[in-house]
Amino acid sequence: MIAARTIGKVFSQQHIAFAGRRAPVDAVSFATKAAASLPDLPYDYGALEPIISAEIMKIHHQKHHQAYVNNFNIAQEKYLDAEAKGDISTMVSLQGAIKFNGGGHVNHSIFWTNLAPPTCGGGEAPTGDLSHAINSEFGSLQAFQDKFSAVTAAVQGSGWGWLGYDKAAKKLAIATCANQDPLSITGLVPLLGIDVWEHAYYLQYKNMRPDYLKAIWKVVNWRNVAERYAAAKS
Amino acid sequence: MIARAIIKGLPRNLGLAGSCAPVHAVSFASKAAVTLPDLPYDYGALEPIISGEIMKIHHQKHHQAYVNNFNIAQEKYLDAEAKEDISTMVSLQGAIKFNGGGHVNHSIFWTNLAPQSCGGGEAPTGDLAQAINAEFGSLQAFQEKFNGLTAAVQGSGWGWLGYDKGAKKLAIATCANQDPLSITGLVPLLGIDVWEHAYYLQYKNMRPDYLKAIWKVVNWRNVAERYAAAKS
Repeated sequence: MIAARTIGKVFSQQHIAFAGRRAPVDAVSFATKAAASLPDLPYDYGALEPIISAEIMKIHHQKHHQAYVNNFNIAQEKYLDAEAKGDISTMVSLQGAIKFNGGGHVNHSIFWTNLAPPTCGGGEAPTGDLSHAINSEFGSLQAFQDKFSAVTAAVQGSGWGWLGYDKAAKKLAIATCANQDPLSITGLVPLLGIDVWEHAYYLQYKNMRPDYLKAIWKVVNWRNVAERYAAAKS
Repeated sequence: MIARAIIKGLPRNLGLAGSCAPVHAVSFASKAAVTLPDLPYDYGALEPIISGEIMKIHHQKHHQAYVNNFNIAQEKYLDAEAKEDISTMVSLQGAIKFNGGGHVNHSIFWTNLAPQSCGGGEAPTGDLAQAINAEFGSLQAFQEKFNGLTAAVQGSGWGWLGYDKGAKKLAIATCANQDPLSITGLVPLLGIDVWEHAYYLQYKNMRPDYLKAIWKVVNWRNVAERYAAAKS
């Protein structure tokens, strides 16, 4: 199905080969062969201090992201089982869990790479093509950040702010998504995502989401965003 | 319009509708604005179930922001209504629903909780107890079902015990974000906030632990009053 195949790129070839067969899925075989897994952070939990506390980074990674991974795997396993039986009702009923948890996994996996300690380039302004594109689309880096922060602060409830690439229009675009909806549902290619679920900032910033958004630019890893941009354009 | 349904405290907009008198900002603020209700107890009164720190920020920051932003949106709405600017009236509905819903929901929530010294956590009795047993089997079964559904809310939202006037039955429902229960047609009796701000400082990611604990400060007397009013 659409959700399973587009969201979970980590799946092995065996998943594709499996569709259409009636062999039952063994729980252990799915877990060992095709399950999503929690990626390591590219830095220590405390590396983004004082912008994002180590406590937040640890809980966010080990509890929240881990839960998306676990629950995606559970849902996906049930999905493969239902698919093998041709049980479309169950396949459809699992889409909510697959979208939410699969989206959570995709989003957070991008997020960790979008951040870096200042010693590794975090906060350093973009250069080259990406910088050129930002200036051309938004006027300046500052103007982009102001617009992004305002739009993202205004997300009602839980969600994400994104800088994405519109392949058809060949332009950068700012978008927001609710809950764990991945940016891909808008058709944009994700370049930079900022999590504004309260768990991403509350222990440190409390209700002050705008303060978190103002600060986080100091650890945005523009080199990673530039890599994603280059890949999206190619 | 939705604004009227949500906020019963406002004076009739109808007096303005159709006339072209501009709405003066100060006059709305002084006459018809919603205000933050006081908590019926001190910030620390629900400890150790809900910390004083959470209660204070939840009330003074989150609920206050819904009040402020509802008033701002509603004022713009009245202004647009006076000018018959329907595009603007429609564009404001998101802000009115979100902030108005946030005000309605939290206003109910504070009354749904009480310190144990004032009845918090004491099991319901009488009609309400009977209705819970009839619909769910037992209070325990109700709480487990409620918690299961509410813990599973994806993102921010609320778990509700509501009354279905049509079917004359209790019902459990969940709503996303600050959608008020009224959009489901149910009458709100008991709401539990599961936005992360409601528990995170104390319970971190453990929403199920928060839901398990909160029953110790649920003010069933208030829920019973709401039930009696809903049935009448």
